[in-house]
Amino acid sequence: MNTTVLEMAGISKRFGATKALDNVRLEARSHEILALMGENGAGKSTLMKILSGVYQPDQGEIKLAGKPIRVTSPADARAAGINLIYQELSVAPHMTVAQNVFMGSEPRGRFGRVDTEAMNRRTREVLDSLGARFSADTLAGKLCIADQQQVEIARSLVHKSRVLIMDEPTAALSDRETDRLFEVIRKLRADGIAIIYISHRMAEMVALADRVTVLRDGGFVGTLEREEAQPERVIQMMVGRPLGDFYQPRIDVVPGPVRLEVRSIASSKIRDASFSVRSGEVLGLAGLVGAGRTELARLIFGADKAKRGEILLDGEPVQINNPLDAIKRGIAYVPEDRKGQGLFLQLSALANTSMNVLSSNARFGILQHGALRKLTQDAIKQLAVKVPGPDGIVGGLSGGNQQKLLLARWLAIKPRVLILDEPTRGVDVGAKSEIYKIIHQLADSGVAVVVISSELPEVIGICDRLLVMREGRISGELVGPGVSQEAVMTLATHDTAAAALEAAVH
Amino acid sequence: MNSLINRTLARLGWLSSVVPQAGAINPAAAPAREANVKKISARDIFNRVGMLPVLLLMYIAFYFLTGYLSEDGTSNFMSTANTMNILRQTSINLVLACGMTFVILTAGIDLSVGSVLAVSAVLGMLTSLSPHFAWASLPVFMLAGLAMGALNGAMVAGVKINPFVVTLGTMTALRGAAYLFADGTTILNRNIPSFEWLGNSSFLGLPWLIWVAAAVVLVSWFILRQTVLGLHIYAVGGNPQAARLTGIKVGSVLLFVYSIAGLFSGIGGAMSASRLYGANGNWGTGYELDAIAAVVLGGTSLMGGVGSIWGTVIGALIIGVMNNGLTIIGLSSFWQYVAKGAVIVLAVMLDKWRQQQSMTN
Repeated sequence: MNTTVLEMAGISKRFGATKALDNVRLEARSHEILALMGENGAGKSTLMKILSGVYQPDQGEIKLAGKPIRVTSPADARAAGINLIYQELSVAPHMTVAQNVFMGSEPRGRFGRVDTEAMNRRTREVLDSLGARFSADTLAGKLCIADQQQVEIARSLVHKSRVLIMDEPTAALSDRETDRLFEVIRKLRADGIAIIYISHRMAEMVALADRVTVLRDGGFVGTLEREEAQPERVIQMMVGRPLGDFYQPRIDVVPGPVRLEVRSIASSKIRDASFSVRSGEVLGLAGLVGAGRTELARLIFGADKAKRGEILLDGEPVQINNPLDAIKRGIAYVPEDRKGQGLFLQLSALANTSMNVLSSNARFGILQHGALRKLTQDAIKQLAVKVPGPDGIVGGLSGGNQQKLLLARWLAIKPRVLILDEPTRGVDVGAKSEIYKIIHQLADSGVAVVVISSELPEVIGICDRLLVMREGRISGELVGPGVSQEAVMTLATHDTAAAALEAAVH
Repeated sequence: MNSLINRTLARLGWLSSVVPQAGAINPAAAPAREANVKKISARDIFNRVGMLPVLLLMYIAFYFLTGYLSEDGTSNFMSTANTMNILRQTSINLVLACGMTFVILTAGIDLSVGSVLAVSAVLGMLTSLSPHFAWASLPVFMLAGLAMGALNGAMVAGVKINPFVVTLGTMTALRGAAYLFADGTTILNRNIPSFEWLGNSSFLGLPWLIWVAAAVVLVSWFILRQTVLGLHIYAVGGNPQAARLTGIKVGSVLLFVYSIAGLFSGIGGAMSASRLYGANGNWGTGYELDAIAAVVLGGTSLMGGVGSIWGTVIGALIIGVMNNGLTIIGLSSFWQYVAKGAVIVLAVMLDKWRQQQSMTN
C-alpha cells in the first residue's frame, strides 16, 4: 500500500541573481523508489539540500505525512525521519562501524557512559537486515567503498528513516557492488521507506525507479510512472532536446602506426601487462574497479614506479621516471578523481587550463598574461565550457564543465598519447556526448587515445578496440562492432582465459 | 573616475588575476572580465578589498581614542611622524610575514622565522666586529637566513617531514644556536658603517626600513603574481597531488618557499641589528606568531592555495596600528596582548562571515 509520505510544492530558491529552483514540486511515497533525474546544475542537489535542512527555501511548502513541517537544520530533518546519504562518504576511518553508525547519538548507559553493548547490538541487527558482510566492531577505514556506503545506510536506519535520499550512490562502485546496493535499496523499499534516488545513469533508473521526476535548469519538467519512463523520453526531458544516437561509433577508422607500446610492465599491483595502441585509435580499458586499470595508466605516466618493463613511443624505447618525463614526451593522463587529483579548485579557469604550458607562455619565468588569456578563451570556446570567463573559479562549476577544463589543460600540451580515466564520471548527459565527440576528434587528428571506463555501454560504444583487465593482468582483447557487455564481464570476472574467449565468441 | 580606480586596482592585482584573492572563491563573484578591466560591481570590490576596511576603521578609531584620552584633547596619531612610526615598527614583521605568506600558500608553516632572525642577526654582528670582513655583514645576514631556510625546505621537501614538526625543531635548535654564537651575551657594535643606514637613515624622507619592507613586498608580489613559479606555488598549495600529476616539481617549489622565508628572516635580522646596533640570542622571540597573525588577518588560508601578498600587508598594518595605538593610549603591555589576540580572532571571524555572505548572495 503506497501512501504519500512527503510532498514538496512550489519550492523556489535564489542564490543572488541565479534562480536555482523555480516552483518545483515532488512527491515521495512509501514502498516506492522515486528517481530524481536531471543534468548537473538542474537543481537536484539544491532541492535535496532544502529537504535535508541545509538550505531554506524562499518559497514553497514541505509536508510530511500530510502535515506542513519546517526543516531549518539537518538535525530537524533527521528528527523528522528524513535522511540524506551524500555522494561523498563521510565515515570516520579510525572508528568502528558501530561507533560510526551511532556517531552523535550514542546510546547512554549509567553515569553518561556510552553503552557500547547496546550500540553494537543495534548495529548488528541493522547490518543483518542489510545483509552486510562485515561486523559491527570492524574499523570503518578497512572497509571498501561499497561497504562504507552500507555503514551510512545503517546510520540512517537506526534513526528510523521515513524518507531516504541517496545522491548518486553508485558513482564509486563497480557493477557487482552496484548490484548488491540495489538489493539493499529494494529491501528498504519493501520495508516501506520512501526512497529518493538521484542519478545520471539511465540503466539505474530503469532497474530501480517506480516513478521518475525530472528537473531541468531549476524548473520542474514532469513526473513519469514506471511504464512511461523510457530512457529516450527521460533524456529528452532532461536535456530539452532529442539526442541523436548516444554513442556514435566511429566508421572507417584507419589507425596509423603503433604509437605507444608497453612490454611486460609490472609493479606490486600490475602483473606483466603488454599492449600497444596506434595513432588515431581509441583503445578502451575495461574491467572491475580494482582490476588495475588506473594503476597501469599511472605506471605508463610515471606517477608510480614500475618494477620492470619497457615503454616504446613511436618504436623508440623511452625512460619515464615521473609525470614530467611523460608530459615532455607528449603523454597525457587525465585522472579519474577529478577534484582530488586533477583540478585546482580554488584557482581560476585560466590557471587550470594553462598549468601545463606556463613555461612556454613565459619569458624568463615571467608569465605572459595576454597569451595565457587567449589560450584559455580559445579552449573555453572550442570545448564549449560554461564558465564566466578565464577568471572564473573552477570549484563552483558543474562536473561536466570541470572535466572539459581539465581536458583543455591536457590538450594544451598537444598530446601524442592521451589516457583518460573515467572521463565522464559525474558528468551530465549533454556534456558526456560532447566529451565523446572531443575524444573522436582527437583520434581523427592522430592522437592515440586510451579510455578507462567502468560504464560498459560507454567503453563499448566509443572505443575501436577493448582490453579487459582482471586482477592486475590484461585478461583479453575484444575487437570490432557487436562486442557484448557479457563478453566483457566474462573476461573481467572469469578465472580461465579459455572460458572467457569462448564467451566472447558466443 | 570609477574606471580609473578600477584600472589602478587591476594593475595592482586586486581585481584581475590568475589566482584568487581571499573571498573570491565564489564564481558568481567573478563575472566575465574579458579585457583586464570592465564593469565591476560594488560587492566585487568589497569582496576583494578584504580587511582594508578593518584597517581604516581601526586607524580612525585610534585617532579619536588617542585624542579623547589625551590631556589637551588633541591627537597626533595621524600625524606624519606617528604614521612613519607605525610603518617603521611594522616593517620587520611585514618582511617576515611576506616570507610566511609564501610558506602558508603551500599549506605549510614556518615557526622558525624568529630564531632564524636571531641567528642571522648574531652572525652578522659578529662579522661586523671583524676588522677585515666588516663589509661582508649584509651578505652574511642574508646568506645565513637563506641557508637556514633551505635547511627547513630540504627537510620538508626531501625527507617529507611535516612542516610544523620540522620548523618546531629548527625553531628550538636555532634559538639555542643563537645563544651559543652570541656566547650568552649581547653583541654590541656602535661602528657598523656597512649597514648602519638600513636601520637609521632615510631616503627621500622615508626611513630605509620602510623602503626595504616595500621592496620585499614588491618582490613577493611579482613572484606570486607574475611568474610561473608563483602559479606553481598556488597549485602546490591548492592540490599537491594534482600539481605532481601536472609535472610540477613539488619538491623544488617547497624548497623555494622555505628558502625565501629564511632569506627574508635574514633581512629582518639585518634590519633589527642595524636599528639597535646589536644582537643577542633572545632577538625575535615570538616574531613567528606576529608574522602568522599578519598572514591570517590578510585572508590567506592556512589550508593553502588561497591568499595574496596585499592581504598580508594589510594584516601586518593592522597589527602595527594596534601596537602603536594601544601604547599611546597607555594600555599596559599585558592588556595589549589580550587586545591583540582578541582582535585577531574577531577580525578573522568577520572575514569568514563576509565570505559566507558573498557565497550565499
